[in-house]
Amino acid sequence: MTEMNHNLNHESERIEELLKAAVPRIAEDAEPRRDLWPDVLRRMDREPARVPWFDWALAAGLVALAATFPTAIPVFLYYL
Amino acid sequence: MPESSRSVLHRFRQGDADAFEALFREQQASVYRWILRIVRDAGTAEDLTSEAFWKIYRAHARFDAARGFEPWARRIATHVALDWLRARKPESNITPEMEATMTAGGASDPGVRAEIRAKTAKAFTRLPPKLRVAAVLAVVEEQPHKVIAEALGITATAVKLRVFRALRLLRKDLEQQGIRP
Repeated sequence: MTEMNHNLNHESERIEELLKAAVPRIAEDAEPRRDLWPDVLRRMDREPARVPWFDWALAAGLVALAATFPTAIPVFLYYL
Repeated sequence: MPESSRSVLHRFRQGDADAFEALFREQQASVYRWILRIVRDAGTAEDLTSEAFWKIYRAHARFDAARGFEPWARRIATHVALDWLRARKPESNITPEMEATMTAGGASDPGVRAEIRAKTAKAFTRLPPKLRVAAVLAVVEEQPHKVIAEALGITATAVKLRVFRALRLLRKDLEQQGIRP
């Protein structure tokens, strides 16, 4: 059992060595070649922030609840 | 944490664009490096960094200042990079840097033959994206398991398991290519 574990560890270490030899490590000081802020601004202009669908669903649920049980509105406002 | 940093984080959470720009300037390079470690291509990492920051901005209301901006940003960046890997064909993930390594000396061991390096790199690109990310960050980039776990939203034990499975798949793939590691 111990020998089997030893072999497994040895094989894993060998694969790790091969992986390190095949895939270069990224430099610690790697930086983008250009300022990316204009790209972010472009995205912000192109796709204005949207209200998530579940927020709309929640709002629709509350409106439906208020329409069905109007007497619940003061209770709801109390707990807000 | 200095009062000014706390104030920036608070204003960002309220959706303040100036605070967002300040955080972007501060974190741009580290988010870019993190994405680059996953996708291994500078141009793609630049595009994905701006996409990640756009998603960060959209999610500002869900930001929890108590848990820190950097780990949260890293987590969003990891998902953006993972989505990109999932959308790509495995064989097209060989980057110019990896090509150069295959033909020149190895990244860390020049003694490993070019053919073996090339086959290992190809086997690496064929790994399922979530195993590939865990393996590259833990083995190649030597990032702490805790940091990888936070970024992937899993436990450190799950990271170790993914690395183990990735190495096992790599070994099988290499054996099928006629290489006995």
